[in-house]
Amino acid sequence: MFVDFFLYLRETGLKVSLTEYLALVESLSKGLARAHLDVFYHLARALWIKRESDYDHYDRAFATFFRGVEAHVDLSDELLGWLANPVLPRALSPEELAALKRFDFDTLREELLQRLREQRERHDGGSHWVGTGGTSPFGHGGKNPQGIRIGGSAAGRSAVYVAESRRFRNLRHDRILDTRQIGAALKKLRQLGRDRGPEELDVEATIDKCAKNAGELELIFAPPKKNRVKLLLLMDVGGSMDPHVALCERLFSAAHAATHFKAFKHYAFHNCVYGRLYTDMTALEGPPTREVLQGLDSTWSVILVGDAWMSPYELTAVMDGFSLESREPAPGIEWLRRLRARCPTSVWLNPEPIGVWESASTRLIRQIFPMFSLTLDGLGAAVDVLRGSKPNRPGLRVEP
Amino acid sequence: MNRQTFVGTESYLVDAALRDAVNVAVNIERPLLIKGEPGTGKTRLAHAIAEALAMELQIWNVKSTSKARDGLYVYDTVQRLNDARFGDRDIRDIRQYIKLGPLGRAFAAQARQVVLVDEIDKADLEFPNDLLQELDVMSFAVDETGETVAAKQRPVVVITSNNEKELPDAFLRRCVFHYIDFPERELMTEIVRVHHPEVEAHLLSELLTAFYWLREQPAIRKRPSTSELVDWVAAVTRSGLDADRVVKELPFLGVLLKREQDVDAAQEARVSRIPLRR
Repeated sequence: MFVDFFLYLRETGLKVSLTEYLALVESLSKGLARAHLDVFYHLARALWIKRESDYDHYDRAFATFFRGVEAHVDLSDELLGWLANPVLPRALSPEELAALKRFDFDTLREELLQRLREQRERHDGGSHWVGTGGTSPFGHGGKNPQGIRIGGSAAGRSAVYVAESRRFRNLRHDRILDTRQIGAALKKLRQLGRDRGPEELDVEATIDKCAKNAGELELIFAPPKKNRVKLLLLMDVGGSMDPHVALCERLFSAAHAATHFKAFKHYAFHNCVYGRLYTDMTALEGPPTREVLQGLDSTWSVILVGDAWMSPYELTAVMDGFSLESREPAPGIEWLRRLRARCPTSVWLNPEPIGVWESASTRLIRQIFPMFSLTLDGLGAAVDVLRGSKPNRPGLRVEP
Repeated sequence: MNRQTFVGTESYLVDAALRDAVNVAVNIERPLLIKGEPGTGKTRLAHAIAEALAMELQIWNVKSTSKARDGLYVYDTVQRLNDARFGDRDIRDIRQYIKLGPLGRAFAAQARQVVLVDEIDKADLEFPNDLLQELDVMSFAVDETGETVAAKQRPVVVITSNNEKELPDAFLRRCVFHYIDFPERELMTEIVRVHHPEVEAHLLSELLTAFYWLREQPAIRKRPSTSELVDWVAAVTRSGLDADRVVKELPFLGVLLKREQDVDAAQEARVSRIPLRR
């Protein structure tokens, strides 16, 4: 059954490796979860799932796979059977086969048999064995025989029940959570700068200096190197963006708090970038877009945030935002093209679900900027484009 | 090897999932990687394991400048150069300038020890990968002397991470992983009881309701954690305020919330909230 569960997880897209599978075999052989599905649930999760964002995926898979299975299954009989003929019902890569061969199954089998023998002499359900024999000594009344209190609430809740309650739903990466996570994602942008790193001892210069000083020690430190990333953040505010204001605020405060950029500028716009960008949206103050563009060059990274949701004419007709002065009338789409031409390292983040990206205005914008959803996954992918590790290609294809 | 079982300690309570994760890591001898919200006791876990299993604890606080080798050993060249210049000691024996790091000391020890690698994500991206080999074979060579230090007993390695950086896959594959979920009310009650056994039940229940309510307020950026709750309970009980006033006034908010904006947001939410009682 556990082999099938392993294969099932892989089928559903969790990349559990054979090494991790064998680690589970080893721990089962050591009698860590002989008959308790609850313990097995924890064990397999600890050994196979390495990111809390995958916990929810695991929970769903576990609930589907083990629904209807009793909480007490004898895993050890099955394990003994498998150890006698340790083959996975699927073609393995040579590397995996090698790993399988290196594994000492006989010893494990011996060990498991030994455990089972020992355990039978001691009666099932004794206090010696974790999670065996049906009466786990832990978690029931909150006390074990040694008088140490255990928290938690293992009693009365089966693993399937726990899995079905999907408590880790909020940790999924396709949801944005907090400023800290955004900050961590933005931190990856640091790698754009080649000259980075803390202040360090310049060994060569120090040796030179000491030699010249006839052995007198003098330590030379290289000046701290600078991160070269410059970031411009342009955010759509007001109107249809109102439902996303909390999210945008978080992104903004994370970017603002990030100290590792060489330069950071931010402006607001409404609907689309027109002749003026705003530092204060209520007073409608801010520099002309032309000036901002002149201050930029291709070393700047640009992140635009907006729902790209407007009437197509708001993109293609000559508008001037809220401002009446229009010395160089140009439609919004033209301003976006100019921005893209000036700073090719640019992306668009969209807080709307991907399903509504087919609107006419959104499609037009997607042909200028690569668009990503404003989730942790989307932000990560956008940062990858900005640092050049993924191709910077606008287009209508939606990345998964 | 005898199987060892960890069940928490008097002052460190664990839920079943964490208990199982620790036990599997201890028994199949793999590093245990711990993540979780700040204040959920990631670092204290290593102390608790050491205490419960009666092992000595080696602590390695990782910094942004830490190198993987620092945990194994450091060759104190500056001391040696100094000695050479002033002729204080015989400097031919390099061994006296090799100082074992936390991991190195645990390898060299006779009895099994616990090693805490705290906040691994602070270090360079290469750091975890550089440690892989040593954690796998549990031995390392001291290049300067040509000696090899091999673990007599594979130490229990507990690694904490605050998610500042992604850890490499190859590293993750070799770890046992556990994410400390924020304690649910039931466990939290027990945790607070450990620290303040004298708190009256009704008051505690009201405090917990207020605490979880605060954590759910979207306007609050830095959500209060377990350690802050424990302090808050202490402050409230010492003040002698009764439960009703606590519910109404939410006193000593500064103990729970550390950002001024959060305190303001909480006050605002308090005024406009629907009555706390469920």
